[in-house]
Amino acid sequence: MSVATETHARRRSAWRSTRRSALAQLTITEFRLFTREPLVLFWGIIFPLLLLVILGLIPAFKDTHAGYGGLTVLDAYVPILIVMMLALLSLVAMPTVLAGYREQGILRRLQTTPAGAARVLGAQLLVNFGSAVVMVAAILLVGRLAFGVPFPLAPGVWLVIALLATAGLLSLGLFIAAVAPSGRAASAIGAILFYPLMFFSGLWLPIPSMPAVLQHISHATPLGAAWESFQNAALGHWPPALALLTMAGYAVVFGLAAARLFRWE
Amino acid sequence: MRGAASGGDPERMTAIIEVRGLRKEYGDTIAVDDVSFTVQEGEIFGILGPNGAGKTTTVECVEGLRKPDGGEISVLGLDPLRDHAELTQLLGAQLQESQLPPKLRVAEALDLYSSFYRAPADWRSLLEVLGLRDKSETMYKKLSGGQKQRLSIALALVGSPRIAVLDELTTGLDPQARRDTWELIEGIRDRGVTIVLVSHFMEEAERLCDRVALIDKGRVVVVDTPAALAERVETEQRIQFRPSAPVSDALLTGVPGVTNVIRRGDVVVVTGTGDVLNAVISMLARQQIVARQLRVDQANLEDAFLELTGTHDDPASTTAGKE
Repeated sequence: MSVATETHARRRSAWRSTRRSALAQLTITEFRLFTREPLVLFWGIIFPLLLLVILGLIPAFKDTHAGYGGLTVLDAYVPILIVMMLALLSLVAMPTVLAGYREQGILRRLQTTPAGAARVLGAQLLVNFGSAVVMVAAILLVGRLAFGVPFPLAPGVWLVIALLATAGLLSLGLFIAAVAPSGRAASAIGAILFYPLMFFSGLWLPIPSMPAVLQHISHATPLGAAWESFQNAALGHWPPALALLTMAGYAVVFGLAAARLFRWE
Repeated sequence: MRGAASGGDPERMTAIIEVRGLRKEYGDTIAVDDVSFTVQEGEIFGILGPNGAGKTTTVECVEGLRKPDGGEISVLGLDPLRDHAELTQLLGAQLQESQLPPKLRVAEALDLYSSFYRAPADWRSLLEVLGLRDKSETMYKKLSGGQKQRLSIALALVGSPRIAVLDELTTGLDPQARRDTWELIEGIRDRGVTIVLVSHFMEEAERLCDRVALIDKGRVVVVDTPAALAERVETEQRIQFRPSAPVSDALLTGVPGVTNVIRRGDVVVVTGTGDVLNAVISMLARQQIVARQLRVDQANLEDAFLELTGTHDDPASTTAGKE
């Protein structure tokens, strides 16, 4: 690049940045930092897609399963991969960043600027929400194009469920960020929650194959309720109201608790 | 030194910060008991005191980060809590032990922070002034302690504030980095920014501040110029020299004003009060002895600090909550 174009580009970026709002600039910055975390990129972005490809290549996953209402095992795993990705971003990646920001005095520093610290929370929510939207699209597309997993028969219902599930998980993530004393503690809490929640979403044992007690517990967890709802929407009908209420309940209860308990320092 | 005579007459200049009877408690601990002072526009105002004296709590109330339990604060005519949004446009803060995201680059941090303000400074020239130009693409975690400190100063100034509050600016820096930072602060004051400097480091205050408030156990002990503070303390002078020929203790102790004589090898250390320096030199001259490598230590701010706060330990070792 010549000196002249470089100067020009620099001037242009300076002009742009002065016109951007603090929230936009914070969101761009948080997105840049997000892309600089190899662990987050691997577990949140690459791993779910990799798992989808591996499972798609296993012949047994093409078999239909009575418990899945005539869908193939792979069809049933697509929503599991989606909730896994949502859980990794919401329960591990985001709380680790936010609790770390508090621990390092970054939130307090922002409180002394006109932007305030609440905006960095907003920026984190936007970055993780945006990543989740892109990842949901990527998982659905790869599943459809590479392995013939059909798109949901009720896409509108499916979208409502995706939003409710994301809201519930992000609230839970904010709650973790609120109570964790440090970034390290937040990632530990997130990881400890992740495995049982993933178990109840049917990652290792399909929910329909679980004993009744475990199925009941599963319906009460955010990921279990999300999977059950996705499964219904995939087959073209509304999920049970209880599953939707469960997800909404998580969003409201933990969202309010996080708002009450969150400290800037 | 600027404002050397203004210590007792704050009305002559424009007050930019006024703190009256500030009080702040944390549970049972009284962090700030009764603190009042006025900062004039354009000066470097030091807040000094041992660790746990209430310095940081005081400036955090000024910055609007904490709610005082009593007293009044006015910064540029604003209430730091009620008018917090407006205050943040006019007051830049450098907080103690505040960091940035480890993987954020220097230029990104400045670009980000400048987007927060109505009338931001040109952060590229700030980088230049602070000697960080070739670090603009470096991640925060890769910066040295001095570079991190300079970046935090740049971030405090990027909103073109009228006041900069700098808390424990040079703690943890090596002597060269510390000196560089001091020059920088003087440069910032020359651009018309009023500076409030929190420190427990006497040399720093003596070098930089127009006036200092000594705070101890949550109260202001005294507000004055560093020079006037040092003068208030009537301490002994310490005269140290290498005599050109042997001189007996009896001769030295016989000089009016001399209180003590110590020898360290062939170096003689005489302490005394009043005009003891002249008396010792004349006595030596009468004996045709020359005082080589003569050094005189006078009371400095450190002595004033110890005397006025009654702290006889190392100021840095005094712990919090020692009421």
